[in-house]
Amino acid sequence: MVAKLSDRMLLSGDEAVALAARNAGVLLGTGYPGTPSTEILEAFAQLGGKAQWAPNEKVALEVGLGASFGGARTLVTMKHVGVNVAADVLFTAAYTGVSGGLVLISADDPGMASSQNEQDNRQYARAAGVIMLEPADSQQAYDFTGAALAISEHFAQPVMLRMTTRVCHSKSIVVQHPLPQTDSSPDFKRDIPSRVMIPAYARPAHRRLRDKLARAAAYAETCAQTILESRSASLGIIASGVSVMHAREVAPEASILQLGFSYPLPMQAIRTFVASVERCVVLEEGDPILVTELRAEGLAVEGKPERFRFGELNADRVRRILERDESAEPVVQPGKPPALCEGCSHRPVFETLKRLDCIVSGDIGCYTLGVLPPFTAMDTCVCMGASIGVGLGLRHVLPPEQAKRVVSVIGDSTFMHSGLTGLAEMVYNPPPTGHLLMILDNGTTAMTGQQEHPGTGRSLLHEPATRVVFEDVARAMGIDYVVTLDPMAQGNALEEAITAALASGKLAVIVARRPCILAAPKIRQYEKIALEKTSRCAASCAAGE
Amino acid sequence: MTTKVINVVVAGLGGQGVVKASDILADAAFRMGLDVKKSEIHGMSQRGGSVASDVRFGPVVHSPMIPAGEADCLIVVAPDQVDVNRHVLKAGGVLVSPESLAGSPGKVQAKSVNVALLGVLSTVLDIPVETWEDAIRANLAEKHHRLNLEAFHLGRSAN
Repeated sequence: MVAKLSDRMLLSGDEAVALAARNAGVLLGTGYPGTPSTEILEAFAQLGGKAQWAPNEKVALEVGLGASFGGARTLVTMKHVGVNVAADVLFTAAYTGVSGGLVLISADDPGMASSQNEQDNRQYARAAGVIMLEPADSQQAYDFTGAALAISEHFAQPVMLRMTTRVCHSKSIVVQHPLPQTDSSPDFKRDIPSRVMIPAYARPAHRRLRDKLARAAAYAETCAQTILESRSASLGIIASGVSVMHAREVAPEASILQLGFSYPLPMQAIRTFVASVERCVVLEEGDPILVTELRAEGLAVEGKPERFRFGELNADRVRRILERDESAEPVVQPGKPPALCEGCSHRPVFETLKRLDCIVSGDIGCYTLGVLPPFTAMDTCVCMGASIGVGLGLRHVLPPEQAKRVVSVIGDSTFMHSGLTGLAEMVYNPPPTGHLLMILDNGTTAMTGQQEHPGTGRSLLHEPATRVVFEDVARAMGIDYVVTLDPMAQGNALEEAITAALASGKLAVIVARRPCILAAPKIRQYEKIALEKTSRCAASCAAGE
Repeated sequence: MTTKVINVVVAGLGGQGVVKASDILADAAFRMGLDVKKSEIHGMSQRGGSVASDVRFGPVVHSPMIPAGEADCLIVVAPDQVDVNRHVLKAGGVLVSPESLAGSPGKVQAKSVNVALLGVLSTVLDIPVETWEDAIRANLAEKHHRLNLEAFHLGRSAN
């Protein structure tokens, strides 16, 4: 956050959320790294906020919910697919409600710049019954975060703030308006019927939720996030998120109703808007959610052709939608695809797996790039942690000569995120041919920009923390065959270890450990600082201070 | 002072300082008191793949993205990425690439080519040189200031 001119700042949407959280008195920020959400907690920590990485999004939301039950304002961050992991918490948190303001950031990735799918998490607001706000730029990311905390407290409900790549990562100007504060501080208040979701308490809780949503819909009608820009009566545009900006760009004369409060919808305001214009177009990235709901209300609104469901919207695509231009979009020459770095410790692993003709059940991280040439050494990749379960499933059903070649490959952060239960499955339901799990431990969450996790033994701010040791975990869970090696070591150790493990017919875990080449200098620096701190402490203790 | 929105695309490969160059440009425009928006795709960018960053500034900027054929200027840090990015330039738009440094009075070090190309760009934009220098200082660690200010001026006097 370098640029500051008087009270204007040039911030990314992620930085703006962090600043708002700090200014609004958020006491705890928790989440799991995921593009494009990662920078929020990092910025929040840099601003002095208490921020921590959880092993996965489910745990993050649980910790956040507990903090909120305790009365603290809380921020929980994740990418869109992370909400799938946290969904179990989310659906019932909508029943329990909250005490301190709880804002869940869902950072969606239409166009899949760095994701395995382009799911539209506006669907979650509807499915779980959770209030949703959607900022269009960094200023709104700041303003709406503050508003979301207050709204969460007003309705005693969690609030989702849905962002997208172009809101999270775009920089625009932010003015630090004063944000609504809370005057309560954490204090345990026993409220068993609200917080313990046994059926007898959950039944009335569901009715309370629907009642709150009805009140939220009424609130949305006149709230500061429902923004009407009245201009021409000939064209009206209903939009949310960054689509609002594209609409202003392409159709400066159009009237625009921005649904910044996008669930539950301010249906009366929408009805009035639709009636005020001759032609009304709904501009939404992703799934046709708004247009479907408005049509169900009997409103005559236009949507977009199905082809614009795929990928991001931009000014050109919005122009095409508004002009009903059905001509083919220009084909953009693809750029250079990303690749595993020169000197990356994953390279010899995938070279070896390919040489051995393994069937590789892969996972999410930098090492997913092992699927691309020259390696083409990954056969499946679905979601965080799936390498183990999918590999086991293949082992169970394939003919033995194929089953024996199946290897599950998972990264260190992904193993912490979702690999532990897969490993439990492996020891509990072992395939007849055994199985090999390779944990590619490069000492960091590399893909998202080198974040820490429980396996690195350092906290979000890179300070020493208790380290979860993968080998110990594997042995404790019942794997006897555990090998640790350096995949870049001279000689044939890597190939020999894989060959031996596959031939053994046993359950085996190989930890291939070598720091990420990009992260290594920083890791050495963190270790040096920690060591200096320890020796300073020892010295001052010895001096009797 | 600029009266219309200026669109600049900075493109190249991960690790070439594309995002850093666009940060400096956006900051320079910001220091002029203009509205600024800057947008790019991060994520996979450190893995050597193509990266492009859109910077827009003027009295009021709406969309953070520059549509194809509407860039006033295109900076490409990697020579082999010129062709894949050329479509963003409008007719008569300015292309700045490492070739633009051919007439530079001195050798630009590889790691400051991004900033040297901003120097070339600075000759066609209405931003004072002091503002550029402030933006460079504000966006880089102090130990890199001298090298990058030099590179900027080498680019500025190339042609």
